[in-house]
Amino acid sequence: MHPIRKKRLTIVLFLLVGLSVAVGLTAYALRQNINLFYDPSQISAGEAPVDVRIRAGGMVEEGSVVRDPESLKVEFLVTDYSASVPVEYVGILPDLFAEGQGIVAMGRLNNEGRFVADQVLAKHDENYMPPEVAGALEKASQAETKSAAENAKPATY
Amino acid sequence: MWQFFHKLGSPKWFFGISTRFMPWLLMSGILLLMAGVVWGLAFAPKDYLQGNSYRIIFIHVPTAFMAQSVYIMMASAALVTLVWRMKLADVFVKAVTPVGLVLTFLALFTGAVWGKPTWGTWWIWDARLTSMLILLFLYGGVIALDRAINDEKSAARAVAVLVLVGVVNIPIIKYSVEWWNTLHQPATFKLTEKPSMPAEMWVPLLLSVLGLYLIFGWLACIRMQTEILSREQRTRWVKEFVMKGKV
Repeated sequence: MHPIRKKRLTIVLFLLVGLSVAVGLTAYALRQNINLFYDPSQISAGEAPVDVRIRAGGMVEEGSVVRDPESLKVEFLVTDYSASVPVEYVGILPDLFAEGQGIVAMGRLNNEGRFVADQVLAKHDENYMPPEVAGALEKASQAETKSAAENAKPATY
Repeated sequence: MWQFFHKLGSPKWFFGISTRFMPWLLMSGILLLMAGVVWGLAFAPKDYLQGNSYRIIFIHVPTAFMAQSVYIMMASAALVTLVWRMKLADVFVKAVTPVGLVLTFLALFTGAVWGKPTWGTWWIWDARLTSMLILLFLYGGVIALDRAINDEKSAARAVAVLVLVGVVNIPIIKYSVEWWNTLHQPATFKLTEKPSMPAEMWVPLLLSVLGLYLIFGWLACIRMQTEILSREQRTRWVKEFVMKGKV
């Protein structure tokens, strides 16, 4: 390669590497600000500030949703399977909201460690499948737990 | 190999060769895109959770994927501009920037339309959405910088530096969903694993991505040809081309 071109290439590569390091360090330093939400472990460990507008995210714990029959108030637990945080919210929930589904809630943490949300967004995962497949998978996993309980052969599907 | 490289640098040679395969690019691109989009929108099974609203994926993913691919191609061309001073590389950058801008806008727009029914919001400042918005501004910035400098050579260098600086954003877009907590879900397609959707969903998706790629190729060629004609308007071959209608 021509020496001038080699020099130019080196300069450009240096520029790129330096820039990537700078951006990488900035992103690393700001990681808590770039994170969209606190997860329940962070909140129960006291990492999230109290009475400041923050977001909390995680899974809605199975069987924890309690709806007030008189109003739009809903209470549920948000969990990351190692800790859970009680959330209360008044308003209409998105269609995808369900037990076992991921959510991100915006609101304030009060002194009792309850999260008072003013907005609840549903989060979905990267898995897509036809309803029949989802149904079959559910059946299969139920059959498996059943057969495991009976100590029989695992279900084939 | 070097001879091919030098030939590729000749605008006249590129003009002649691209005219020959452009119809094929356009035809196969339209066919694949039509097949992918019709299959995806009308015949693919619906999703167990999102129902039919997930079908916008067949437009959202191809545009978002292309928006990033176009930028990577632009950055490679910018490197060639800076190191080898090849004119055609600069022509490419200038020709495809508006295409990338439109693709990024479409990705953001379809994402917002998808986000409203599924997440419950049009927009959220999470890392994926924000870095994609930065990509939109980068495309806009490249166009603005190019227009702001009159001299062709200094414009080419300034634009190339800006494009290369912006390429840092591409891995951030790609890995934002893994490095940080985001509302946007992680990637369905990974190089090392099976896609987390059945074949009757990912095949149409792949077809529309390929189709859009080919259509982009056609758009790039026709826009590069226009740029070449306007830059080389004083040369003999362009004058002859305009008089006779062929190279």
